[in-house]
Order: sequence, then C-alpha cells, then structure tokens
Amino acid sequence: MCTYATVKTSIDGSAKGPESSWFHVTDGTVYFDHPVHAMAKHTLNIDFADPSRGPSARVAVELTAASARELIGAIQAALDSAPVELTA
Amino acid sequence: MIELPTVSDSLSAETIRITGNNGDEIEAYIARPASEEARGGVVVIHHMPGYDRGTKEIVRHFAELGYDAICPNLYWREGPGAAPDDAAATARAQGGVPDERLVGDVGGSAQYLRSLPTSNDRVGVIGYCSGGRQSVLAACNLDLDAAVDCYGAFVTGTPPEGFPVQVTNLVDQLPKLRAPLLGLFGNEDSFPSPDQVDELDEILTREGKPHEFHRYDDAGHAFFSVDRPAYRVAAANDGWERISAFFKTHLGG
Repeated sequence: MCTYATVKTSIDGSAKGPESSWFHVTDGTVYFDHPVHAMAKHTLNIDFADPSRGPSARVAVELTAASARELIGAIQAALDSAPVELTA
Repeated sequence: MIELPTVSDSLSAETIRITGNNGDEIEAYIARPASEEARGGVVVIHHMPGYDRGTKEIVRHFAELGYDAICPNLYWREGPGAAPDDAAATARAQGGVPDERLVGDVGGSAQYLRSLPTSNDRVGVIGYCSGGRQSVLAACNLDLDAAVDCYGAFVTGTPPEGFPVQVTNLVDQLPKLRAPLLGLFGNEDSFPSPDQVDELDEILTREGKPHEFHRYDDAGHAFFSVDRPAYRVAAANDGWERISAFFKTHLGG
C-alpha cells in the first residue's frame, strides 16, 4: 500500500552521502511506505534535506521497522550517555 | 516459399515537454510504435516513488503492444531534472500531487496523444499504486475511453482513525465515472483491502458503470513491480494479459 503518511520536522545539522560534500540540513521528512531500494515491502524512510538547495540536496535512509525501532533506542541511549549540560 | 506476415515490434522512445495542468510545461516520456497505422493511446500514471526506470519500461511495453504511450512526470514542478527518487521525496515533503493538478496533467497527456497523426482518437489511462486511485480520478473527470486501476488505495474505504493520510476517497466522484474500468487487485493487500474492492464493485454495479475486476491470491500490493519484493510473476503475467485484452477492446489495435 501507499500509506501517504508523512511526518515533517525541522532539524539543524549536517549530512553527507557517498561522493558528496557535507551540507547543512534543515528539514527531516519521516514516512513509513514503499522503499526505493531496500528489499522490503515497506520501510521507515527518513530524508535529511535542505530544500533551498534543490531536490538532490538530500541524504535518505530506508530502514526495516525493526531496525528503525532499534535506531530510536540507540539514539536515545547515546543522548542519555552524554552529560546533560552537553545535550540541553 | 511461404510468405510470413510482416510484424514489427520496432518503437522509439524519448523525453518531451507537454502542456499540463494550468498551461504549465511539464516533462513526459513517450514511446511510439514505428508503424504509421492508426492506433489508440495510453497515459501511464507513475506510482508514488516516481517517474522512474520501471515506469518508463511500462511505457515502452505499451508501445510494443501497439499503442502510443506517454507518462507525464507528475513531480516535474517540484524537481525539474532531479533524480526520480529525489523528486518524489521533495513532492512528498510538499504534500504530494493535488487531485486537480493530476487531472490537468493527465488531460494534457491525453490531448497530446490525440494530436498525434497516428491517433484513432481513443485514449486510455492506467495507474499503479497511488496512480491506481489517480487513474480512477482521471476517468471521473476527463473524456477517456478506458481506465485501469492497479491496486489503488482509497478509491473507496475510510482510512482508519488516526491514520494520517492526506487523500480522500473517490466515492462521491464514482457516479461521474465515464469510462469502462479494469481493476487488478491482490487479495493480500490491505489498502485496498478485499472488502474495499468489494465496496467499489458494489458501487459501480449499482451505478451501472461497466467494470471488470480480477483479484489474485498470493499477491499483495505492487505485484507488477519487477524490481521489488512484492513482485508476483503469475499475477503480473495474467494482469498484463487482462490489460492487453481490455485496451484492445476499448482502444482498438
């Protein structure tokens, strides 16, 4: 199915893909839908993008639902492991 | 010496610009048989992942079947010249393709096909995935001669509560359907579910709209997609046979 579901969030950071330079990213788009490349019917997809630089200014990931949940836990654990004053 | 009939599968394909909704110039991919015989046309509506290699292969398949076939790049405005996946991501982030714009772009594509010297004036539309819904939408609002819906979600059915879809179903538009509809669905699909396909069947029957549905076991969503795990060869092969017969009946050729 096409879920059409799309969750957008503002982000502030940088991203880099193969053969590309680092670039500033401002927008995160998160959706659970068909992947372009991953061998799964549906994946959790995240686009890190800077729309002001055009459609190609994007780093994309497609994760199985299980690995996306593991990533959420890993991100939370990494944040929790750092001194509070650094992550405030 | 036995003389065999001359059958040619020669075709040409190229990227062109056409006039879409609101007079906008948009990109399109067209494939045409080499012969000069009059024939029907087919507008191919790409799936949500975009105007990609697989979709262009489908366009060429229709030319091989004997039709002038065209696929408008529905994401041209958001991503002119961008890679198909990047353009799809950008269009998605901006809310997707509005229904009104889709109708205008398909209408422009059909008009282009009818302007070709080989046109017999008959044009059909086919769409996959989100394009299945858009195929029905186009056939409710444009003068087309045949429409094919390949597992389009939200033609009927109410999205589950809290489900953040950004589309509406087409139930209120179905009485306007003005072309025979071929529907191809996987029984393992959830959107559209078998119940939602039943509902569409019932509505079209009640409204007296000619339609023909085929439903496949051991197939879910996107069973025509040869480069995805969802591909089901038996369903896809039978589906292509159904499409060929349906277009031959309604578009000639």
